[in-house]
Amino acid sequence: MGRKIRVLVGKPGLDGHDRGAKVVAAALRDAGMEVIYTGLHQTCESIVEAAIQEDVDIIGLSILSGAHMTLFPRVLELLKKKRATDIIVIGGGIIPADDMKRLEKKGVKKLFGPGTPTAEIVAWIKENAAARAKKESRRKVSKRTKKKTSKKSKKKSGKRK
Amino acid sequence: MKRDIWEEKIKTCKERDFKFTTVSGLPVKALYTPDDLKDFDYDRDLGYPGEFPFVRGVYTNMYRGRLWTMRQFSGFGTPRDTNKRYKYLLKHGQTGLSVAFDFPTLYGRDSDDPFSRGEVGKCGVAIDTLRDMEILFDGIPLEQISTSMTINPPAAMLLAMYLVVGEKQGVPKKVLTGTIQNDMLKEYQAQKTWIYPPEPSMRIITDIMAYCAEKVPKWNTISISGYHIREAGSTALQELAFTLKNGFTYVEYGIRAGLSVDKFAPRLSFFFNSHLDFFEEIAKYRAARRIWARLMQDKYNAQNPRSYLMRFHTQTAGCTLTAQQPENNIMRTAFQALAAVLGGTQSLHTNSMDETYALPTEKAVKIALRTQQLIAYETGVPNTIDPLGGSYYVEKLTNELEKGAYEYFEKIDKLGGVVKAIEKGFFQKEISRSAYEYQKKLERKEKYHVGVNIFEEDEKPDIEILKIPKEVERAQIKAVKKVRRERNNRKVKEALKDLRKAAASGENLMPRILECVRVYATLGEMCNTLKEEFGEYHEPIIF
Repeated sequence: MGRKIRVLVGKPGLDGHDRGAKVVAAALRDAGMEVIYTGLHQTCESIVEAAIQEDVDIIGLSILSGAHMTLFPRVLELLKKKRATDIIVIGGGIIPADDMKRLEKKGVKKLFGPGTPTAEIVAWIKENAAARAKKESRRKVSKRTKKKTSKKSKKKSGKRK
Repeated sequence: MKRDIWEEKIKTCKERDFKFTTVSGLPVKALYTPDDLKDFDYDRDLGYPGEFPFVRGVYTNMYRGRLWTMRQFSGFGTPRDTNKRYKYLLKHGQTGLSVAFDFPTLYGRDSDDPFSRGEVGKCGVAIDTLRDMEILFDGIPLEQISTSMTINPPAAMLLAMYLVVGEKQGVPKKVLTGTIQNDMLKEYQAQKTWIYPPEPSMRIITDIMAYCAEKVPKWNTISISGYHIREAGSTALQELAFTLKNGFTYVEYGIRAGLSVDKFAPRLSFFFNSHLDFFEEIAKYRAARRIWARLMQDKYNAQNPRSYLMRFHTQTAGCTLTAQQPENNIMRTAFQALAAVLGGTQSLHTNSMDETYALPTEKAVKIALRTQQLIAYETGVPNTIDPLGGSYYVEKLTNELEKGAYEYFEKIDKLGGVVKAIEKGFFQKEISRSAYEYQKKLERKEKYHVGVNIFEEDEKPDIEILKIPKEVERAQIKAVKKVRRERNNRKVKEALKDLRKAAASGENLMPRILECVRVYATLGEMCNTLKEEFGEYHEPIIF
């Protein structure tokens, strides 16, 4: 694919526990990925905005506060709205198994529980981001052809059309 | 010399393929002997319990007189839900309350604030106004119980609510006992709940210290917390060094605010983590007592012996609990609790086995409480004071940790002190580096975690999980709106205006906050008023 996998590690909501997010961010960086860490106390809107602006392959959300059933679906919804559903959403934190199942049904691609080795996360991302990159190259082609014709509509709907 | 013979012999013994270090990475020798304590002077370095430098404990007869306070950190859902849990725990022998607030409350936001969505009542109980606090302590006599509140940026407001609930129950302020965490320095370093920048935060803290020294003399005004520094990933040494340095920084700010050190220092208490390395943890508490006593005397010229006492609460390490084979967490917690007792803690919270999934169920929290009761009543451990005192290993480790802490103090001083070092991201970098290194050690199997990287099982755990229903958020939003409707809004406006004026003028904020609380101003209204004056904090992003 020729370029580094880009991952945005995000901490939505008020939760201040960032140990897991930072450990994962450091591990992904050491594994050769480009990592954007949002810092704490982000809204779902700002996370999705940043993900689109930075053209990431993956959004990794970390939530410990118990707000996962509100915040994960919100991020998915916003991605849909922005027509950026090709960005893969994964996550981790303190999330009961039942909730994990429900979130995966809603479209979170993968949830990693506490104690997951970072190597496992790295391997999963490498595999799945590669699949996206292939799709992306098709998308980019169509983007290029569209560019000439509809500048206006592009402006309206943001960078990622 | 027999030692020579032994040393020759051990060289020929095969050792396990393992790096012998403490959890923090300090090297551990095969054997400790009097050689490790060559310059050790009993009176100078150890002394007697309740005597300088208090290494063997802060009280003369320690647990033979009174056991530690058994607390379980709890709060969830609405104030009514939590009130029920408190009564359950008190019925089962808990001796102190410890209030866990939800994230919106921790950040000084109301339940109907857009940022509170999804968080109300989840990680703790939601408190918006005095009305909620009245319900929280309904039927719990405040003159008989000591309450610890884990609250930081809005500590002044929650303390004020507690004082007014006391008033309403007819309990005078001078009788109330308890603790507010109120440790903002560690928030910027580790736990990351903040509202205002460091300097105004420190001003609020010194206002609380000054107010309580006069009006609420038995209240612990700050619980200087290493707990969160450790949970965020620090080593034991970093926890010790950063926490103590934060403590001294509060002392310096208090003195600078014109308070007499002996007036506020006796009400400063500490809060430590108890992690997996049994002896390193015990040594950490002992070193902390010696450092505090010596510097309070030598550097800060405290005269009152009570200013030398480093009293502390301990919580077992949440970050060591595993989602895999969660029942093992009961054993982990028991060992950690035992280390805290051997280290001389004044108060203890044992974690529940299910906390890697959610807040604890009644059953899980009862097992955790029973763990403490077993140590207290069955093991015989509390019957003698500091039973590990004089152990070559424990004393050596205590010395090493103390020395390491002083080295960190020097480093922090060179950076311009704690507040400057926070602004430079020093603590944040140190802590996240240690967290990552620990994770790598686990993955390389240099450290073991049963069920995670050794003796793994494929089976999915089957334990009961506490669920917070969605209705909690709706109910709480309804409740805060009802209070806003029913109160005298003109009085609220005036009280908030006076609060803002006090913030600008430098007058002590506590009496103004009490006024706001009495007329049922919401937590969000009070915190936002101060935000207009003090501004908001934004963290430099470091990972």
